[in-house]
Amino acid sequence: MSAIDQLFTELRSKNRKALMPFVTAGDPDLDFTSAVIQKMVGSGASLVEVGIPYSDPIADGPVIQASYTRALENNVKLAEILNMLGTVAPQVSAPLVTMVSYAIIYRHGLEKYADELVQRGVSGMIVPDLPVEESSRLSEECRARDLSLVQLVTPTTPPDRALRITETSSGFLYYVSVAGITGERTELPADLVERVAWLREQTPLPVCIGFGISQPEHVRLLFPVADGLIVGSAIVRRVAKAVDSGREKTLDEVGKYVASLVAALK
Amino acid sequence: MSTPSDQSSAQVPDAAGRFGDFGGRYVPETLVHALDLLAQEYETARGDANFQAELDELLKNYVGRPSPLTFARRLTEHCSGAEIWLKREDLNHTGAHKINNTLGQALLTMRMGKKRVIAETGAGQHGVATATACAHFGLECIVYMGEEDIRRQAPNVFSMKLLGAEVRPVTSGSRTLRDAINEAMRDWMGSVESTHYILGSVVGPHPFPQIVRDFQSVIGRETVEQCRTQFKGLPELVVACVGGGSNAAGMFYPFIEHQDVALVGVEAGGRGNEPGQHASPLTYGRPGVLHGSFSYVMQDEDGQTCDVHSMSAGLDYPGVGPEHSYWKSTGRVSYTSCTDDEAMHAFDTLARLEGILPALESSHALAQAMQLAGKRSTDERIVVCLSGRGDKDASEIARLKGESFG
Ligand SMILES: Cc1ncc(COP(=O)(O)O)c(C=O)c1O
Repeated sequence: MSAIDQLFTELRSKNRKALMPFVTAGDPDLDFTSAVIQKMVGSGASLVEVGIPYSDPIADGPVIQASYTRALENNVKLAEILNMLGTVAPQVSAPLVTMVSYAIIYRHGLEKYADELVQRGVSGMIVPDLPVEESSRLSEECRARDLSLVQLVTPTTPPDRALRITETSSGFLYYVSVAGITGERTELPADLVERVAWLREQTPLPVCIGFGISQPEHVRLLFPVADGLIVGSAIVRRVAKAVDSGREKTLDEVGKYVASLVAALK
Repeated sequence: MSTPSDQSSAQVPDAAGRFGDFGGRYVPETLVHALDLLAQEYETARGDANFQAELDELLKNYVGRPSPLTFARRLTEHCSGAEIWLKREDLNHTGAHKINNTLGQALLTMRMGKKRVIAETGAGQHGVATATACAHFGLECIVYMGEEDIRRQAPNVFSMKLLGAEVRPVTSGSRTLRDAINEAMRDWMGSVESTHYILGSVVGPHPFPQIVRDFQSVIGRETVEQCRTQFKGLPELVVACVGGGSNAAGMFYPFIEHQDVALVGVEAGGRGNEPGQHASPLTYGRPGVLHGSFSYVMQDEDGQTCDVHSMSAGLDYPGVGPEHSYWKSTGRVSYTSCTDDEAMHAFDTLARLEGILPALESSHALAQAMQLAGKRSTDERIVVCLSGRGDKDASEIARLKGESFG
């Protein structure tokens, strides 16, 4: 059983839900990323997604794109990111997963990437540009190491295909709330609750919703039908203020924001 | 005589979009269903005689096909070697090969019941060709173009606007073709149910590399026929420039089975072979993933796409179509590169000796052909794909030469 499986087994047994914030590694530097991860877990996050900066992120909106660009301009390297995760993972109670382009994993080597996650105590990965048809090799590498390979279902995924994806995903299933790129949205699609509720009945896998979520009202609306909620751009936008507003103040703000979303989960 | 023998090439890609190891579909789940529908629609269209007839009629009476195969007499004398023949895609409506693909994809757009089209463009030729097809059929058209390319291909930007398209400047990354593709993909992520993305080269996720190759193959099919009538045989050598690789794929594909015809793809050598100075992934890169496809690419050791350089906006791209990677791996096509200076010299030479202004992209193929011609005997023939005309480049050439324009 992977750490993520354990997390959701425990949450389900207590009838609780997960808040899963996202942060870009290396924005503005890895020390700060490490501090943000600890702060978010300390404020009630159940799992943290760590974005590995990529030069051509086609699923990402302006906020996350800009954070990747800043991190890469500061010359952050994959090896350093993995080392940072290795240091922070034992210090936090929540599992960590990397959000990473297949371009990066392929270049690094599938086995090597999987081995290094295990060595660093990272629990899995989300590969947003790797649809199920292309994922069998990576899936095997992950299975062999008890790493979770989280796959995505979107509003454009036909139902039969969604079922196929639930069978290959591990850890949880990432339900993308909108057809579109990452970014905060004021309105979420009207049929979102219904779609997720349907999917959650089809699979024993935990279902978590991401993309567009930023407000406590979103959290209150969605948590009853999901196992967890993922918040990305709203965190990244706050973290981006570290340079101008100061690190302590930014950390404090991120912590309070995460706590406010966690509070809305109940 | 050549014999049709290499059957394997006729069977790529497979159902998963693989050309050997290359190709595939590395895209967000949001796009997968639309790509499935596109692949299905294309399969049906391909077997539909009416679709083919409609496209043929457009190519003949709207584009002006077949484009001529011109013997370059004075250029041949100048190089003192093999005969040089030019396949004149520059004479197509809108001045390049790109229109062959955009008309085909515009017909597919309408078959799918979509009314909005997006496209990326580098040199602006694909943008103009997409805007043209959309005007012709009454489709809404939005073109993403890097700011650097908007600067160096200004005449095409204005043409697109005149044709009723909206040109959206892209300010991320290197502000060139690669970033324009990223931005078009992002638009498509949110608009995929109502919008078709007319991708302009043999790159991207399956089925684009196949669709674009097939629509461009009219170039090679005509050339085979024209060679047989005009010089009673096939050429020894066929040369084309490779950006994403669509004019080259369209020219080469019908020749693949003719094993005696040597095929040469020419990438942009830029200012030299140091990283960042060229745009030659097949020559200096390695296999990796970019823009939804597994193919040769310029990446650093972490898998980040590298900045590349070419004076020619249409070749200034760090990736290449997967079928070219496949042809490189089978050895059927050889790939090389020409520098900015060599291409500029070829541009000047063709202008003065033949009265033809070639596109800077096409000038790379020409430069290679001129070098090869000199090493070959006078009874051999080289066909060059003159993929486009150079009018769009006039002001940029003036700037590069330090002359005033106008
Ligand atoms: C005239 C011309 N030739 C060649 C190219 C390069 O594209 P491809 O390699 O897809 O033919 C372009 C692209 O803009 C072009 O305008």
